Amino acid sequence: MTTVSAERLATLFVDVADTLVDDFDVVEFLQMLTRRVAGLFGTGEVGLMLADHRGRLAFMAASDESARLMELFQLQYGDGPCLDAFRTARPVTNVNLAAATAKWPEFAPRAAQAGFQSAHAFPLRLRKEVIGAMGVFGSATELDEADAHIVQSLADVAVIGLLQERAIHRGEVLTGQLQGALNSRIVIEQAKGIVAQARGVSPDAAFSLIRDYARRNNRRLSEVADTIVTNLPSLPHLGGH
Amino acid sequence: MTVVDEFVVRVARLVADEPSRPGDHHGVAGKLRRLCTAAGRTLSASGAGVSVLATGGMRGVAAVSEPAYEPLEELQFSLGEGPCLDAFTDRRPVLVPDLSDGAMSRWPGYASALHDKGVRAVFAFPLQIGAARLGALDVFRGEVGSLTPDEFRDALTFADIAVMTLLDGQARAVPGAAADGLDDEVVGQRAELFQAQGMVAVQLGISLADALARLRAYAYAEDRALGDVARDVVARRVSFDSGRP
Repeated sequence: MTTVSAERLATLFVDVADTLVDDFDVVEFLQMLTRRVAGLFGTGEVGLMLADHRGRLAFMAASDESARLMELFQLQYGDGPCLDAFRTARPVTNVNLAAATAKWPEFAPRAAQAGFQSAHAFPLRLRKEVIGAMGVFGSATELDEADAHIVQSLADVAVIGLLQERAIHRGEVLTGQLQGALNSRIVIEQAKGIVAQARGVSPDAAFSLIRDYARRNNRRLSEVADTIVTNLPSLPHLGGH
Repeated sequence: MTVVDEFVVRVARLVADEPSRPGDHHGVAGKLRRLCTAAGRTLSASGAGVSVLATGGMRGVAAVSEPAYEPLEELQFSLGEGPCLDAFTDRRPVLVPDLSDGAMSRWPGYASALHDKGVRAVFAFPLQIGAARLGALDVFRGEVGSLTPDEFRDALTFADIAVMTLLDGQARAVPGAAADGLDDEVVGQRAELFQAQGMVAVQLGISLADALARLRAYAYAEDRALGDVARDVVARRVSFDSGRP
């Protein structure tokens, strides 16, 4: 694969870095990544696994069914190139599967039986964090140092995109929680004003009425406040008529 | 990646090194006050403020660099106009290096209030991450002039750190509650406004949004602060159903 043109590589990197689109989908993105990397090799297939927040690996995407099986074998039997790359945070390259039975007693014979001759794997890493691994399964393909560097760089760029997506998702969830919490406080104040006016009492007294009503009816305060601001007539005790 | 990190680290240190003050609020609000002060100094500004919004268009001041800027930041909410609201709505920075240049027609009420307080330039930066929006950072300057490219980059970095501060605070919050210190700052200080809104809605049989508009119109016509009018409504010194306002 050392014959990849600079132009083709540049396009590849742009594709892989492009995670800031409106309808970004992690699985689709990883699917694209595995297909693109497989495309670099001519006779190789690519599979990818990611770790969840507890560090457990799970299959995410593969360029074809045979690569998906290779990833699943590793996860099921607990050995193989991706697990090594994940554990050591270093690439595993040019392993001849026919001679790797001592290294991976479970994975090597199954991969060889499936028709693969060589295996490589690259950690998906950002600084010290390793979030997964990408495996490349091929016929007698040899990767030289430059090839390995290109594949590792693609993996690194993909990780930046993935972590960015994770950070944005977390940000959106937390923003929603913050706004929701502030909003429920505001609604309670508005409800106090509504009940105060409707019942001719002070806002403090109105709050006591609302709280007592919520307790008596086993409802949450914010839920009662919501009903007051949206549908007061349904609450005759609190001033609705 | 590394270059961006360096800016974040440097600006984060400016915020961390900012000494706390006796009146500082606890939690996120106190951190944002220090951020505003550090941003004001770094950007040669006379003052800075962070406003946060709740759903339903309700906004509130979370922190200001100096107490004198609290009313200015708050006024945008009272009037329903200003650079902070525009930065938030448009999701992009609002840069007004010379307030006498068109700002009067853009924000008739707010621009003249700024001018009266000696503000000559204002810059607002949205606080956002992905599609989510949290509020805006306002930077006020006493002199006409644009931000330099370095200042612009620093201002965006201050805005990023304000976002991180808010999100980290929210990540540690009790489920269902807002980040520590924000409840009191954003909602508590203006509790009477929301109560007055509810009362006026009942007095006139109108929606909460219309009630807020009526309160704003009344404050504007009487040339009084919205908060003062709200206090009078809650104390029943002002009523909207007796034909007076």
